[in-house]
Amino acid sequence: MALSRGLRPALFLSFPLSLIAVFVLYPMVATVFYSFYDKETGSFSLNNYIDVLLSAHPLYMLVAQSFGPTPPWGALIHNLVWVALHVPLVTLLGLVLAFLLKYYVKGSTLVKAILFLGIVIPPAVGGLIIRFMFDNVVGVAPTVFSYLGVEELSKTWTAYPQTALFALILGSVWIWSGFAVTIFSAALESIPKSHVEAAKVFGASMWHIFSRVIVPQLKPAVIIVVVMTVLWDMKIFDIVYASTGGGPGGSTNVLALVMYTYFARALDFYKSAAVAVLLTLIAAPFIALVVRWLRE
Amino acid sequence: MKRRYLIRVVALNIAVWALALVWALPFVGILMISVMPYQEVITKGWLRIPSLDTLTLKNYIEALTNPLYDLATGFRNSVVVATVSTLIPLFAAALAAYAFANLDFRLKPLLFALIIALMMIPQQLIVVPLFFLYRSLGIYDTLQGMILLHSAWGIAWATFFLRNYLKFIPRSLIEAARVDGASDFKIFRRVVMPLAVPGLIAAAVLQFTWVWNDLFYALVFLVSRENQLVTQKVVTLKGEFHVDWGLLAAGSVITMSMPLILYVVFNKYFMKGVAGWGVKR
Repeated sequence: MALSRGLRPALFLSFPLSLIAVFVLYPMVATVFYSFYDKETGSFSLNNYIDVLLSAHPLYMLVAQSFGPTPPWGALIHNLVWVALHVPLVTLLGLVLAFLLKYYVKGSTLVKAILFLGIVIPPAVGGLIIRFMFDNVVGVAPTVFSYLGVEELSKTWTAYPQTALFALILGSVWIWSGFAVTIFSAALESIPKSHVEAAKVFGASMWHIFSRVIVPQLKPAVIIVVVMTVLWDMKIFDIVYASTGGGPGGSTNVLALVMYTYFARALDFYKSAAVAVLLTLIAAPFIALVVRWLRE
Repeated sequence: MKRRYLIRVVALNIAVWALALVWALPFVGILMISVMPYQEVITKGWLRIPSLDTLTLKNYIEALTNPLYDLATGFRNSVVVATVSTLIPLFAAALAAYAFANLDFRLKPLLFALIIALMMIPQQLIVVPLFFLYRSLGIYDTLQGMILLHSAWGIAWATFFLRNYLKFIPRSLIEAARVDGASDFKIFRRVVMPLAVPGLIAAAVLQFTWVWNDLFYALVFLVSRENQLVTQKVVTLKGEFHVDWGLLAAGSVITMSMPLILYVVFNKYFMKGVAGWGVKR
């Protein structure tokens, strides 16, 4: 009781918050500063951002000057393509699977456990496995397509600009679907079984139950899955680094990898900071959404 | 009508199970290739019962002990970094979570929003200044530096996670202890922490896995061979032009063995921990 009201929280918060302040908050603010630092003139300007956005070098290109029918389109565009394909695929697959597993499929615990494996393993290993799945000698996908006689898809997918990006996106569906299924399954627990039973008694078809009874009640969970998946896609790094390193010819490059390449290869730390800030800015609206829900 | 429905349900069961098998197939492939002579993989394929007399651990031994790859060192470093980087942030986060769950203070809403924002920001946003800082402090390319970073990075989400858990502990219990004259630290240690053990286990398992699985921080902050972590080592197994799939598969199995074992042992905690994101409290 001797402690004043303000001192008690301070006792509990000082250790965690000081670690966060030194190793997360300070570098976060400093990165923004560095991103404006021009190492040629020693002053602050927008030059890093301009250079980074206009670069046409395959290792660093964020947005292509002109768009061909196949990648490379620039790292930023690749992230957006990733979001455009991966988010709907994962959400739909997750919804349908969670629904079927809950009401119709026997042994759903084991199926869920298998689907979940993708988010347990290191994403770097996930990247290596993706490369394996699409390899023309030992991989599954090219073997199947060569059996079907589809010449263009029986090669090593990750070795050609036409297919590499899509191989990685499909692979990331394999890795990430377990997340969606888990979230949706948890949300389904809160829907009373009587709703579904009643619909069945009234002779509603499976599709009807899914689209009219289940999906409307899962709306909050859908939003969570969509936002978390968008953020995951924007920040994607390990999978790309391990499987293709951004190649061939920059056709699988993504923002986080360009940031790393400026840092580790060009040793241009200020441009690297600029890419990190750009990445964060694009993710920011989604981060803001998450903050709004989770603080209640 | 009834019969058609039954047929449909059976077909759905088959379809979902087929999908699950497809999902498991890459793991089966990696495991098979890691223990088969590569010649055999090429000539006979890997989707079959392996013949027992040609089974080999050559790839595992090569990946672990060949000084070129040296996954053993990486594995050891990862154990050290992930263990310590689980204990420190969990302790720190438990303290913070107690404050957010049980104490009232003016800055609480703001600090809590900050905690949530910090757990969502990209890793890329903090590494450049830390690189400068680490070099001037002499902790660049050291396991200590790595541990400090992972510890601080883990506090935000662990605080959020544990705070949600602590919210389930009835406030009356804490009030009662307070009426009895117990200090906050006593309440924290004797009342709250014992009740929070399942939450602490879940947070520990997820944090350990997260640190073990990370590649980005390791690439930025650890460069010398003797300090690298296992996720860094395993990607170097992939040669520039020629890929030795046997070696790569063995390395992958070694690298993912730790999170997979944790997942098998702590299955419920894992699933609940991830599902916790989707359930509003």
